[in-house]
Amino acid sequence: MPKDHGIGASSKRREDVRFLTGAGNYTDDINIPGQTYVHFLRSDIAHGKINAVNTEDAAGMPGVLRVFTGTDFEGVGGLPCGWQVTDKHGQPMQEPAHPVLAQGKVRYVGEIVAAVVAETAEQARDAAEAIELDIEDLPAVIDMKAAVQEGAPKVHDDLTSNLCYDWGFVEENKGAVDEAFEKAAHVTTLELVNNRLVANPMEPRVAIGDYTRHNGESTLYTTSQNPHVIRLLMGAFVLGIPEHKLRVVAPDVGGGFGTKIFHYAEEAFCTFAAKALKRPVKWTSSRSEAFISDAHGRDHVTKIELALDGENNFTAIRTETYANMGAYLSTFAPSVPTWLHGTLMAGNYKTPAIYVNVKAVFTNTVPVDAYRGAGRPEATFQLERVIDKAARELGVDPIALRRQNFITEFPYATPVAVEYDTGDYNATMDKLEEIADLKGFEARRKESEARGKLRGLGVNCYIEACGIAPSNLVGQLGARAGLYESATVRVNATGGLVVMTGSHSHGQGHETSFPQVISEMIGIPEDQVEIVHGDTARTPMGMGTYGSRSLAVGGSAMVRATEKIINKTKKIAAHLMEASEADIELKDGQFTVAGTDKSVAWGDVCLAAYVPHNYPLDDIEPGLEETAFYDPSNFTYPAGAYACEVEVDPETGKVTIERFAAADDFGNVVNPMIVSGQVHGGLAQGIGQALLEGAVYDETGQLLSASYMDYAMPRADDVPFYTVDHSCQTPCTHNPLGVKGCGEAGAIGSPPSVVNAVVDALQSAGKSVTHIDMPLSPGRVWTAMQG
Amino acid sequence: MTQVSMTVNGKSVSGEVEGRTLLVNFLRDHLSLTGTHVGCDTGQCGACMVHVDGDAVKSCNMLALEADGTEVATIEGQANADGSLNTIQQAFQDHHGLQCGFCTPGMVMTAAALLKDNPKPTEAEIRHYLEGNICRCTGYHNIVKAIMAASGQDVNAIAAE
Repeated sequence: MPKDHGIGASSKRREDVRFLTGAGNYTDDINIPGQTYVHFLRSDIAHGKINAVNTEDAAGMPGVLRVFTGTDFEGVGGLPCGWQVTDKHGQPMQEPAHPVLAQGKVRYVGEIVAAVVAETAEQARDAAEAIELDIEDLPAVIDMKAAVQEGAPKVHDDLTSNLCYDWGFVEENKGAVDEAFEKAAHVTTLELVNNRLVANPMEPRVAIGDYTRHNGESTLYTTSQNPHVIRLLMGAFVLGIPEHKLRVVAPDVGGGFGTKIFHYAEEAFCTFAAKALKRPVKWTSSRSEAFISDAHGRDHVTKIELALDGENNFTAIRTETYANMGAYLSTFAPSVPTWLHGTLMAGNYKTPAIYVNVKAVFTNTVPVDAYRGAGRPEATFQLERVIDKAARELGVDPIALRRQNFITEFPYATPVAVEYDTGDYNATMDKLEEIADLKGFEARRKESEARGKLRGLGVNCYIEACGIAPSNLVGQLGARAGLYESATVRVNATGGLVVMTGSHSHGQGHETSFPQVISEMIGIPEDQVEIVHGDTARTPMGMGTYGSRSLAVGGSAMVRATEKIINKTKKIAAHLMEASEADIELKDGQFTVAGTDKSVAWGDVCLAAYVPHNYPLDDIEPGLEETAFYDPSNFTYPAGAYACEVEVDPETGKVTIERFAAADDFGNVVNPMIVSGQVHGGLAQGIGQALLEGAVYDETGQLLSASYMDYAMPRADDVPFYTVDHSCQTPCTHNPLGVKGCGEAGAIGSPPSVVNAVVDALQSAGKSVTHIDMPLSPGRVWTAMQG
Repeated sequence: MTQVSMTVNGKSVSGEVEGRTLLVNFLRDHLSLTGTHVGCDTGQCGACMVHVDGDAVKSCNMLALEADGTEVATIEGQANADGSLNTIQQAFQDHHGLQCGFCTPGMVMTAAALLKDNPKPTEAEIRHYLEGNICRCTGYHNIVKAIMAASGQDVNAIAAE
């Protein structure tokens, strides 16, 4: 029987009721009395010198309170970057200033040039049209490789070039890698593009700044995955507001996928302007604005080489990647192609020598930063594509080649600086072969052929690193933040409790899954536990939700705080039952004394803590409230194996996903229903990347795919029912729940299997196609088939 | 400004709007019915789906003045009279057909329109009908499953939740 509550139960989500009845409280649903509205005038050219911004006419338009330009922010800090990468020569990356409003130059289409605050949104928009811009066109650099050529126009005049950094990892491996390639029996080389994507959470970003004159406090309501991070960055680095005078609230947030991690100019502007005008200032992004102002994702160009010996063992991997930073460094951008990408290049395989080179480049495009998976999809895609190509070149079964090279002993220290604590890659591959019915593939291929379609099978593995940690290590790697998580557990006098967590839920269902853990630990019903998140005034300093870290890090903090609570309640129970603390047991919400029939209920102990008449006051304080900060000792390493079956229409090149199966090892699972849902969503985003999505710039820096008319989001009829399984569980060895994280797996693991499947389909028809760059649109596939 | 009147979720409402005010803005800003969402500006995403005189309509694609005299239904009016979730809403919760919840009101309103026209849709018919509603969280698996379940079909054979 499946469990009906606690860890392992598919408890129905309590947050659904408000979302299903229109009672959600998203940032745009918040309206503050006296609220004003801002409209941002954005650059429509990619690179130009600002000669003049004439706001006189706009300032006189009906309802306009004030028009702001870059000059209003001259004494204000710029948007900070949260990660400093050191290049292969030991030098820090080039880090340009990142003004809130453009100063002197515009550097991408979408950069804010001026802001109009008015009584209504319509008045602000109308007035923005009356602003006269005199911006002198400068040549734009869009292509990364062109941007680092001698003589290329510079995005930032005060930097030496458009190269942010040239990173080598691990530099000490380079000699051994080169030697392995010289000795290799076979080398497979692949050049590929990891296409630029737009995260596109369905809720566009919103920011509301508010300033209360009676206490001098600023409040920012914002669509963020990590309100404390925003408070720290904006307060300390941009606006100079001490944290005790600044509150950041991120209420219901309609999806994040990474792009709502970062601190954006609009947040700083609304907070700044609210204080200047002594009125609340609200901004609601349109989708068109979102495309040119939300940080984009991916955008790598890579050459990967795989060396094998005569027995088909992997002996070395060498990569060279160009990674687009866009025009400025978004909050965590430098970490994505480096520490979140290079460290994953071993994948699931015992390759002894690996060297990764990454050149990060400034271009006149929207800043690029973490998007679901962040560096790990890029690593997985290159590795799993080159392995597939190698198998085809060598004429061996792609699954057998993978199995032969699997890491099978743990812990395993990779040559790229990380240590996998646990895993069983053969188990997930076995499970995949079963749930994907790989034995039935040939029959299905014949059936497709009978209908004139080409059927292909693509398989790949993935590994990811979640819950990036520990803080002292990431500090050495350049992180300018800690990567712990916090929780305060407050038990009320009548026994119910509230968990105030630094994690943030924007679709992950923490309000349901976190209470399951508490319920398991104490034995009280889940509905006795309330989760509070998303408000710096109500929760302890926390780092928020990204990198599949919530349960592994935030959940662990909650467990630690709850353990402190349980320890204290056992002391109280021992006092009440006149027993030794060592003999007290807590089960199903009852304290008992081992070997006796004495018991006292959880609620009675909690009441005693707040009405301490019969209480060990000499030993412990009254009250039941505990806080824990949890700093993990290592990443967690979820892994799995995925299989995709496609049909290709040889007449049109259209690819359809016929079957998709995912076998994941997430360690222990708290809510299987939620975990499956996370995988489903990740798969759709990965399939979207593989087949549909791409942010396309023309050579002048205009984003051609800047609406849902042009950017192909996956829709219901682009995807099949998925077959997912997470019964292979090797629990994480270093966190108290044994959990690993599941939020990004689907997006990391799925693109290579889709491309592998299409290549398989085309080769099965005798085509010599070895690679097609994503997205595999009908045009690209058809063109490849003609070659 | 022009006077506009309509019935929303069974109640008569009226207000003064500009000619350019969209129905979705009238619902959200004038009536504080914030369950109807705005996810795009090109009529693609379906987060703003409502029913106007019984038909599914994207309320960002209709001026408030065009809705004068109509009967409008929004997500806020979908639950049963006793406040419990209706069949479609309950199926979405039972089958985890939502995550962040932002597209959800539009999905529920679209599903209601589909099931009115086609009480037992096939998987393919559901997927085709949902083309005008984008979800970024669920990968659609559990939305399609929830709608099939709401129509009384046995979905146990379809992949586990």
